[in-house]
Amino acid sequence: MASQDITPVGRDSAKVSILYDPKIRGYIFQAVAVLVIAGFGYWIVNNTITNLQRARLASGFGFLDGRSGFDISSSPYLTYSSDSTYLQALWVGILNTLTVAFVGIITATIIGFIIGIGRLSHNWLIRKICTVYVEVFRNVPPLLVIFFWYSGVLSVLPQARQSIGLPFNTFLNNRGFFFPAPVFGDGAWLAGVGLLVGIAGTFLVRRWAYKRQMATGQQFPVGWTALGLIVGLPLLALAVKGFPLSFDYPVLGAFNLKGGMQVGPEFMSLYLALSFYTASFIAEIVRAGIRGVGKGQSEAAHALGLRAGPTTRLVVVPQAMRIIIPPLTSQYLNLTKNSSLAVAIGYPDLVAVGGTILNQTNRSIEVVAIWLVVYLSISVLTSLFMNWFNAKMALVER
Amino acid sequence: MKNIVLKGALAASALVLLANAASAATLDDVKKKGFLQCGVNTGLAGFASPNDKGEWSGFDVDYCRAVAAAIFGDGTKVKFTPLSAKDRLPALQSGEIDVLIRNTTWTLSRDEQGFDFPGVNYYDGQGFMINSKKLSGINSALQLSGASVCVQAGTTTELNLADYFKANKMEYNPVVFEKLEEVNAAYDSGRCDAYTTDQSGLYSIRLTLSAPDDHVVLPEIISKEPLGPAVRQGDSQWADVVRWTHYALLTAEELGITKANVEELSKGDSPEVKRVLGQEAGTKLGTDLGLTNDWVVNIIKAVGNYGEIFDKNIGAGSPLKIARGINAQWSKGGLQYAMPIR
Repeated sequence: MASQDITPVGRDSAKVSILYDPKIRGYIFQAVAVLVIAGFGYWIVNNTITNLQRARLASGFGFLDGRSGFDISSSPYLTYSSDSTYLQALWVGILNTLTVAFVGIITATIIGFIIGIGRLSHNWLIRKICTVYVEVFRNVPPLLVIFFWYSGVLSVLPQARQSIGLPFNTFLNNRGFFFPAPVFGDGAWLAGVGLLVGIAGTFLVRRWAYKRQMATGQQFPVGWTALGLIVGLPLLALAVKGFPLSFDYPVLGAFNLKGGMQVGPEFMSLYLALSFYTASFIAEIVRAGIRGVGKGQSEAAHALGLRAGPTTRLVVVPQAMRIIIPPLTSQYLNLTKNSSLAVAIGYPDLVAVGGTILNQTNRSIEVVAIWLVVYLSISVLTSLFMNWFNAKMALVER
Repeated sequence: MKNIVLKGALAASALVLLANAASAATLDDVKKKGFLQCGVNTGLAGFASPNDKGEWSGFDVDYCRAVAAAIFGDGTKVKFTPLSAKDRLPALQSGEIDVLIRNTTWTLSRDEQGFDFPGVNYYDGQGFMINSKKLSGINSALQLSGASVCVQAGTTTELNLADYFKANKMEYNPVVFEKLEEVNAAYDSGRCDAYTTDQSGLYSIRLTLSAPDDHVVLPEIISKEPLGPAVRQGDSQWADVVRWTHYALLTAEELGITKANVEELSKGDSPEVKRVLGQEAGTKLGTDLGLTNDWVVNIIKAVGNYGEIFDKNIGAGSPLKIARGINAQWSKGGLQYAMPIR
């Protein structure tokens, strides 16, 4: 047998002791290493839990069912009062964090794209203004940007009695931005149906127009049709029902404007600060992405007869997106995490509400664990979504 | 998932916790360290605030110095840790500070969650302050329905506020900040209509506003706020040191022992004064407490008696001018009552 041929002379060729078999030895070492690490981990965790229990620091999550006893200034989605539980208070905080992160991401993306493209403009003034914007916001800590909006801009607005009146019965004072709240009467549901039908119709029209263009080369004004469908159908529905829609206008009460809807200065400053701050980074990412697309691409598009607009929209941007999306994900995660700076201006986000709960119940370990888990989950979900989006935008090789 | 992450978080904090693990014999630790680490307010005029040279002064600060003087015979052997309302109890629990003297309300839940309150150095109650120039028609807290109220996060104040408005069927909008300075700034800029905290705090904060005379404290007191020093539970020797330091300050006032005459009185012949000041032959009152027998002399030499501390920092001799009220000696109709030192 071949294997026997290479066995050194003078050894028992049939059996090598298991201890000396390099493969088995490898397994043994690996197993020992795993056991040691697992044992160390177990010892640390066990030791900590014992110590925490001795110090009466950790006692599980049962306290979350207790009555919170404190009020939260802003709870747009859930009914919350001091009779609600700590768990409900946490949900209010989580939703507030998600709200500011969501609208912040959208606004930051829009501003970022405008500034990023502006930095590549042929117009000297636009280019320089965008450069100054990026350099200013990129080089200032986000907390200072938040303070700038909160103390520098919003708190110097006039008192409630001298509110600044804006068009459409909206008002601005140092307690926030006030606008009329729509009150839907009987039959207003038809407008909602109209909106849904409009959105569905838009999708169908787009598909049909794409197919027609592929087949005949003729284009169809999809944008205008969509606008007509989405705005027109609900309006038509309202007209049919005799406009069952009224508005609740903000009026001056004893202390402040009453009625209508309001957005507090805490939310506004956090939202504006996060959007403006993150937009400066997004602008640089967008600029890098567009510069990353070879010049030959747009030259080729021009040679084929495409005008500047369609060249940017159909040739440059789709390729730039592949460069832009991965670093954009990091910026979205940063914005979400930076929203925890809300605690400095009293916006009831997850950290602020959690901090209050921590102090009222003295369950620091549990609350910190909840913070970690929630932020981790939000970040992982954002990453998953962006990875999916990235895969969708990635180069499809034929 | 939650459990795994919790365990991970616990493991991560394990080393920190092991290093800081609160040892049972705080008095021995403090003596070994050579100074007292005292948790105080980040800046509440009259109670604890640093001056431009970084020297701390105030009612609570003098209590820290008194405890240091009782242990070391030297009121300067103390280091101060300024703490926000949110951080104060975890700081005590983790062993970062030895004693917390920071306008902390004694409540059952705090007492039961690993803390001990050796005494009450200031009996307080929660009130409201408004800008009387802007809200001239308002002279009662019951007229505050619909107001925005500034409050510090994580305090008993925040809970009393919710209870009070609910009980009186009034609405309000809480504006909550974590740091005292942030609450003060928000109220001063007109973000809120009213400011609520302990009445002593309101008087103190009023002084720091841009126009103190425009603001009034409304008459209603909506809660009981017994403020006092706090220590970790399970170390009764240490709790005793803090408790009897408080009683020594009160007893000294009762017996008329002051910073100025303590030296002279300790040579006098009043048996009670001699016993309190540790001049009785064969006395073991101080050493039994783990201190020296002249501990009361040291305390009074360092900071004066309770009345002197009160007057100098928050009473008639200070800008706050808070009346003694229920904080007077029991013999003068107040609630301050020292157990006998014998």
